[in-house]
Amino acid sequence: MKYYDKLIFELSKSGRTGYSLPSKVSDKDSLPSSGNLWRQSSLGLPEVSELDVVRHYTNLSQMNFGVDTGFYPLGSCTMKYNPKINEEIVGQFNGIHPLQPLETVRGCAEVYEGIDAALASVTGMKHFTFEPCAGAHGELTGLMLMREYHFSRGDMGRTKVIVPDSAHGTNPASAAVCGLEIVEVKSKADGLIDVEDLKPLLGPDIAGIMMTNPNTLGLFERDIKEIAALVHDCGGLLYYDGANMNPLIGVVRPGDMGFDIMHLNLHKSFSTPHGGGGPGSGPVGVADKLVNLLPRYDKGVEKSESGIRVSGFHGNFGVILRAYAYLLMLGRENVRMAGKLATLGANYIKESLKDCYKLPIPTVCKHEFVFDGLVNDGAREGVAGATTLDVAKRLLDYGFHAPTIYFPLLFHQAIMIEPTETESLETLDAFIEVMRKIAAEAAEDPELLHSAPHATPISRPDETMAARQPKLTWFA
Amino acid sequence: MAKINEGLLYCESHEWVKVDGNVAIIGVSDFAQEEMGDITYVDLPSEGDTVTAGEDFGALESVKASSELYSPVSGTVIAVNSELEDAPEKVNEDPYASWIIKVEMSDTKELDALMNASSYAEIAK
Repeated sequence: MKYYDKLIFELSKSGRTGYSLPSKVSDKDSLPSSGNLWRQSSLGLPEVSELDVVRHYTNLSQMNFGVDTGFYPLGSCTMKYNPKINEEIVGQFNGIHPLQPLETVRGCAEVYEGIDAALASVTGMKHFTFEPCAGAHGELTGLMLMREYHFSRGDMGRTKVIVPDSAHGTNPASAAVCGLEIVEVKSKADGLIDVEDLKPLLGPDIAGIMMTNPNTLGLFERDIKEIAALVHDCGGLLYYDGANMNPLIGVVRPGDMGFDIMHLNLHKSFSTPHGGGGPGSGPVGVADKLVNLLPRYDKGVEKSESGIRVSGFHGNFGVILRAYAYLLMLGRENVRMAGKLATLGANYIKESLKDCYKLPIPTVCKHEFVFDGLVNDGAREGVAGATTLDVAKRLLDYGFHAPTIYFPLLFHQAIMIEPTETESLETLDAFIEVMRKIAAEAAEDPELLHSAPHATPISRPDETMAARQPKLTWFA
Repeated sequence: MAKINEGLLYCESHEWVKVDGNVAIIGVSDFAQEEMGDITYVDLPSEGDTVTAGEDFGALESVKASSELYSPVSGTVIAVNSELEDAPEKVNEDPYASWIIKVEMSDTKELDALMNASSYAEIAK
């Protein structure tokens, strides 16, 4: 790999341009010549040629690692392959605008109706809103709906939300942003919610519970029917965090488990591009009793009694269209294979590595699972053992993206692996072989891992310095 | 092995208390800073704030995680260690010298619920 670390500003050469504008810009004449409308200082943009720009971004892109370049087993993130046909289809919709008259974008309206029906069918929800632009945005929308539901019935005292200790950090954060108080429910030793710990928390001040199922450890919450009954009996609602929906699509429906509100991450479970801060999509679905509150368009007309609105227009249409393409390409029969293959892959890796990596919860997992560090970390007199961080760094030397590490917080040395269904047996075997090799290296010479990675352009950035003294701007 | 200082009181959430009359000097244990890793930010309360035993009064952030600070006692904050704002690493370097807040206690009986060094040694491992 060619090392490249320039900023585009460093390529800038005064007076160099990659564009040509008409010599007389007539707009200038139509603007007032005095006053504060004209910029006084220079714009500070880099001055570069077209070729400079192309080479710069091509070089940068070659230093990137993505699903298109290699295996990316990032737990809790579902980094599945994004089929290219999604892009082909979206490319044909580039010319539309959200303010176009409805009769000129009938096809787009049909896409919304189609995906609404498809998602309702795989989740057991009644309808979805497509406004939220990310998973956490969906969580916030869902909690606003939860709060509004209680308010609309004149039930004003429900100020608390129950969140399991294994939850994704966004859950309590979303609840706090929504002005709700967070109550934690503990997990048992087998990684599932402790129903006995939950019972005393339930009462007239509970707005609802937020759950992920399968949970963050990749385990199916088997007591979900009992939990749903308990929460409903106390007047609360159940929120389903769709981050881990991948293994369940077409197999089990949150609606049937008793959930009232949920979000889906189209960029996880439905093969749309992931990361880089967006654009994402976190549609929120609700059960029948909440449909009147959902911000939703029906044949182009806004229908919502709650007044909730979380984004302009209809969310990220391009992302929604990609997810719809994915669903239609697979069809009802094949869509349920995805989760089964993801589950098979995760269990295959787990069973193949559990003699080298500690497996705190040895049951059958769903699409992901968690190790708790190395069985033999190589620690000896005067030499510290290899940690989970060291293993993750060493994986980069072998051309794999590192898994999620130090999350969930239930274990000290967590390594969270999620292969996804799109990886072949050969890829899984190659990963297993490398993970075994790293375990052997750790046992023999942990120093080799402490200093890894050795083959990447940058070895170990100083994360502490970056957090304590971040430098976020560039000045010449 | 994390250091546990004799003569201090500890709570399960890994804060220590040094009692000076009716003032409680509060910090986090060596075990806590080890678990957190390099601390990058200390979120401090303000002088005059009221704190309640068992409730959070601030937070520590590290490269690994963010963790709430729980007050072992109730009372009024009479001093905060503002040095930690610019030098959070001091908590890593010497957690027992780097106190975080001083609280004028409203009920010194709350101290009875805290652990001594040897009881704390049982849970800090």
